[in-house]
Amino acid sequence: MVEFIKQPWPWYFSGIMIVIIMLVLIFFGKSFGFSSNLRTICSMAGAGKRVKFFDFDWKAQIWNLLFLLGSIIGGYLATHYLSDPKPVALSVQTQNDLHKLGIQFNGKLNPDELFSLTALENPKTILLLLLGGILVGFGSRYAGGCTSGHAISGLSNLQLPSLIAVIGFFIGGLIMTFLLFPLIF
Amino acid sequence: MKSIKFILAGIVFGIVMTKSEAVSWFRIQEMFRFQSFHMYGIIGTAVILGVLSVLVIKKLKLKDMSGAPIQFKDKDKAYKKYIVGGIIFGLGWALTGACPGPMFVNLGNGYPTLIIVIMGALLGTYLYGVFQKKLPH
Repeated sequence: MVEFIKQPWPWYFSGIMIVIIMLVLIFFGKSFGFSSNLRTICSMAGAGKRVKFFDFDWKAQIWNLLFLLGSIIGGYLATHYLSDPKPVALSVQTQNDLHKLGIQFNGKLNPDELFSLTALENPKTILLLLLGGILVGFGSRYAGGCTSGHAISGLSNLQLPSLIAVIGFFIGGLIMTFLLFPLIF
Repeated sequence: MKSIKFILAGIVFGIVMTKSEAVSWFRIQEMFRFQSFHMYGIIGTAVILGVLSVLVIKKLKLKDMSGAPIQFKDKDKAYKKYIVGGIIFGLGWALTGACPGPMFVNLGNGYPTLIIVIMGALLGTYLYGVFQKKLPH
């Protein structure tokens, strides 16, 4: 059993598990949408005093912050107790394309060039991570949701707005990958 | 128990995101380069099963644990905010390889540098709140 869990999970099993999480939250009387937490944290920090958008009863969202806390613990448990040391089975083509951009595939989840502590010695890395975060935060609130709220919850409920948002996610992702990455890296 | 169940659900989510490698910057690049079925398989399976589940819940008028009928809110009928907001989100998703969930899961995965991405995401959310009235929706 443990050996089975330790392998990377096949896509269909992962997909099933994501739906189960969505259904469990629905059964709890909530809905699956992660980016709302960012707004809640802004409100907790007092942003509601200055900006009306953050002036809401954030205490009703504590359940989602607990979910967030759990997700960090889950990441820790998965990496430390439920993983085998085999490298991520990344496509060779992707490895080659990234190599041309100066990003080496290290077999782990994330590249050292962007996410290792030593990479922060280059101010450009800090700037890129901060800018990327700003785009995700701004974009998800503007679009009213992120991958969980639109691509999973919204599409499951056959919402056309969610389909438009997901198409937007892909347009943005393709522009970044094919047009901007060669300029950035 | 009231709060613990949400932490437990979050723990399962964090494990699933990690074990599916959906938290991987490399996997997101592979997806946007259309070089593997992996991420499409995950999202596709989730959406197909999700659609079926929601249909069943509506058809059978199922109730949640408190006994209240399960209701699904329709998203606002609009166009601009979804496409423009979506594109901005996608730019950031490809750059950081992290949507809001994986940002936090990756902290647990041993990448403290994600704190910078999270600070950016909070700042971006705040900026949206500030400029909301001036943006086309």
